Amino acid sequence: MNPSNPNPQTFQELILRLQTFWAERGCVLQQPYDIEVGAGTMAPETFLRVLGPKPYKVAYVQPSRRPADGRYGENPNRLFKHLQLQVILKPPPENVQELYLESLGAMGIDLRQHDIKFEEDNWESPTLGAWGIGWQVMLDGQEITQFTYFQQCGGLDLNPISAELTYGLERIAAFLQDVDSIYDIVWAREPGTGKVTTYGDVRLADELQFSVYNFEMADVEKTWKHFELCEQECKTLLEKHAELRKQKNSGDGVARDQKRFPVLAAYDLCLKCSHLFNILDARGAISVTERVGVIARVRALAVGIAKAWVEQQGSEPASAIDESEPAKKHKSAGLAPVAL
Amino acid sequence: MPDFLLEIGCEEIPARMIASAQQELQRRVGDLLNRERLAASGEVTSFETPRRLAVLASGVPAAQPDLSEQLTGPAVSVAFKDGQPTPAAHAFAKKAGVDVAMLERTTTPKGDYLSAKVTRKGRSATQILTELLPKEIASIYWSKSMYWHKPNERFVRPVRWLVAMMDDQVVPLEFAGVQAGSESRGHRVLANRAVPITHAGAPYVDALRNANVLDREAREQQIRKALDSATRSVAGARWREDKALLDTVVNLTEWPSVVLGNFGAEFLALPEEVLVTVMRDHQKYFAVEHAAGNLLPHFLAVLNTDSDPHGLIRHGNERVLRARFNDARFFWQTDQKHPLRERVTWLKQVTFQKDLGNYYEKTRRVQRICSWLSEEIRQSGRAIRPGVIHKAACLAKTDLTTEMVKEFTELQGIVGGLYARVQQLDRDMPDSTRTLIADVIYDHYKPESMEDSVPRAIEGAVLSIADKADTIAGMFALGLQPTGSKDPFALRRQANGIIRILAEHKLLVKISSLFAFAREAYRESPAEQKFSRQVDSDSALRNFFRERLEFYLRDGFGFAYDVVNAVLSAGSDDVVDAVARAEAVRAVLEMPEFQAIAAACKRMRNILRQADEKKIKPAQQFESLPESAEEEKSLAAFLEQTAPKVEALRKQKEYREALLSLSTAREPVDRFFDKVMVMVDDERIRSNRLALLQTLLKEFSTIADFSEIVIEGQKRSSS
Repeated sequence: MNPSNPNPQTFQELILRLQTFWAERGCVLQQPYDIEVGAGTMAPETFLRVLGPKPYKVAYVQPSRRPADGRYGENPNRLFKHLQLQVILKPPPENVQELYLESLGAMGIDLRQHDIKFEEDNWESPTLGAWGIGWQVMLDGQEITQFTYFQQCGGLDLNPISAELTYGLERIAAFLQDVDSIYDIVWAREPGTGKVTTYGDVRLADELQFSVYNFEMADVEKTWKHFELCEQECKTLLEKHAELRKQKNSGDGVARDQKRFPVLAAYDLCLKCSHLFNILDARGAISVTERVGVIARVRALAVGIAKAWVEQQGSEPASAIDESEPAKKHKSAGLAPVAL
Repeated sequence: MPDFLLEIGCEEIPARMIASAQQELQRRVGDLLNRERLAASGEVTSFETPRRLAVLASGVPAAQPDLSEQLTGPAVSVAFKDGQPTPAAHAFAKKAGVDVAMLERTTTPKGDYLSAKVTRKGRSATQILTELLPKEIASIYWSKSMYWHKPNERFVRPVRWLVAMMDDQVVPLEFAGVQAGSESRGHRVLANRAVPITHAGAPYVDALRNANVLDREAREQQIRKALDSATRSVAGARWREDKALLDTVVNLTEWPSVVLGNFGAEFLALPEEVLVTVMRDHQKYFAVEHAAGNLLPHFLAVLNTDSDPHGLIRHGNERVLRARFNDARFFWQTDQKHPLRERVTWLKQVTFQKDLGNYYEKTRRVQRICSWLSEEIRQSGRAIRPGVIHKAACLAKTDLTTEMVKEFTELQGIVGGLYARVQQLDRDMPDSTRTLIADVIYDHYKPESMEDSVPRAIEGAVLSIADKADTIAGMFALGLQPTGSKDPFALRRQANGIIRILAEHKLLVKISSLFAFAREAYRESPAEQKFSRQVDSDSALRNFFRERLEFYLRDGFGFAYDVVNAVLSAGSDDVVDAVARAEAVRAVLEMPEFQAIAAACKRMRNILRQADEKKIKPAQQFESLPESAEEEKSLAAFLEQTAPKVEALRKQKEYREALLSLSTAREPVDRFFDKVMVMVDDERIRSNRLALLQTLLKEFSTIADFSEIVIEGQKRSSS
């Protein structure tokens, strides 16, 4: 950012500063979720927490894996796995945009010296049955954050809605450190010696090896089998949960069974399916005709889990929200193919 | 009279939506004032930025005028029994708000009734606006809206403040949980504070200017000026005018300025199309060119701030652009490893539409349609190179598999054309042929809008028509035609494209045959299994194209709507022919003869319709009877003499000449209608006369149905 600054903040300092900023504003600092996800949105701290009426504030770094985006570590701007700093504010405070701008200050960006714009960019994830309205935040022509007001998740209308701030950490760091390649980002600088560890030192092998695996070596047949096993187990869990629901009014035992039912484990299985699908896709193993169908299978799991979770939380039964009038209206507005 | 101000303060509204929402809000406020008898005596103007939509109305009455009304009540006979008021009289008195003794009597043809004069006190503007404006705000149309407060309160983005004032008084309205006040807000960064508004009208605009917020027009001027002055630092350079881009950046800023940035001259080796797309569509930068039109290694970024004191903004933008251009160069190099001809079979992996299959299948169909079209056109005597079209059609969609198009989707077709230009397509192919094929691919999505040009070569025209016809035919067969405002596959735009190409290249191709063939190309494909059996896609297509042609003749050519109706009623299957007939009709329509003929045609059509309703049949054919009137015979004779002449001219498409010969019919027709009664009692004479009218009307209607022409108001508009 500032060519005259010889020691700009390191990658890890950037993360620390952002985390401190949001912790000071009441967010729970969660740790990265330990299953492969394509985006911070898919971690249960977002996907499940935004459902139902309970207010929640959380921030966490989420490594996000997108097998098809891998470039063997050869492209200076593209990664198989990048880091997002994800913030969920449920419900969004009235000054959520101002808070966000303050967080840029916390990273050392003086807005008086820069050009900031909020440009329309709505977000949609067909796999999660989720979508929202928002912007990409542009700093001096660079997209640094995706800012989304969630409207629907797991096929359910949200009430209250949540604001999701997704900081693209590599882009921001490359910008702050004024480097042209992500791999040149200074990840850490040893106090005293000033010894530098770069992003490339930490992650290059990752990028190369996983590109090789995802594009060349992942065993298609076995990956499909993994997918089917995870899907099957997730489905079985959802069916068992549905049976529980049928016995709804027959005493405390059922309430206890409901509470201890492993909806969270079902969601882990759904996440695995999603990641396995991404590997198969990167591997070129999913034909065009199959693609839509497989996405629909994963979505069916996500939607079932969302409903089960809401029910388990003891809030309104999902269908009551789902069938309200405005819900129908924007379902069509959200999912219809739109020529923008 | 007071001034009124409404400002809706909002989080950043999408740039593409601001103009239409602003117009709608202004109209809604104006209509509301008129409807409520609060019409502004001065101007109703608007003020909009990404963060606010405001309407200013000057001279709004503080209250509605009082309204006095005469109320009519029950009949006197009902209201009084034995001289005493009945409950009906009391009820009416109560409604009118007066004592029974004060009620008056009104005499009407139906008898005597009670009446009363009442005065309704006008309500204050503040009261009315407080009550009714929130509904108007909520009714603004957004192509995509959201909720944030309550699920049933929607707007494009969260509303964060409202200013509503009559002069210096707050109008206490409420929307989505926000209470209106007298505080606006300044520019996000330059004046991040509350801005008190002391008074509606000019003080509002002044207060915002002091808080670094400018109105649309002022921003546009400021941007133009800043672009000019930034460009001046490069000798012999100018910025490339781009109205759409200018509108976008105007709607992304509240206080704009401009920086000039540079990029490495080595990137100029990339095609200009790629460079400009990256700059314009992805970065919203203006390109800088030399007076001769070639790009220079500079760009202009429009900022939403006042300056770039340390050059950080320029440095950041240059960094982003460099990364983008590096990507583009990388894509270009990677893509060359697999020439387009290798990619044809890759298209099996690219979905065209879920029920219509993949792009490989589409390619094959489009090639078939192209061969047929080429043959049609060749037979009409035009020079055309079917081999070129065949090759271009084969490669046209292959760029969808390239990294370049995956990243810059708006360059589809263009990238294919650029790659074809530098690749070997076939052994021993002459350069000129390859260049032509490249151009045909390059142009095949054209025209992408009403302003865009059509494909340059006739071969490009054919490919473009075939590609669009294939899409439209498939979608209609699936029952996915556009409805109302929904046209997700842009079929209207594609149909407009076909019509414009046919008209501008003067291709004599019938739309019905084109679509019969496009449908035929789907025969026995898997897609055909998915076709809907419920919908009559042929008639839906016919109506759809007639509507598109109507739109084209009116909006593209400026023909009056009655001329368009008249011409299309006589046939809408051949675009070139319809245009020629419309031109001929417009040329003769000012002649008094045609005004008379149009009137006569209407009359004939009415007579024939009435006869038909009464089940009275015309004779097979007119014959001269002993009882036939003189005027009748002479009209028949005229017809016999003129009809073949008109027909011959019509066949040669000498429409204007044909119409001029028809114009001589005025005199015999007028005399006929002056003297002869058609619907006489004698059945034989009557049906004989009907037969004459029927023949006559048919003769008149081969070029245009003149009964559609609007006669009153001799002056017709040509726009």
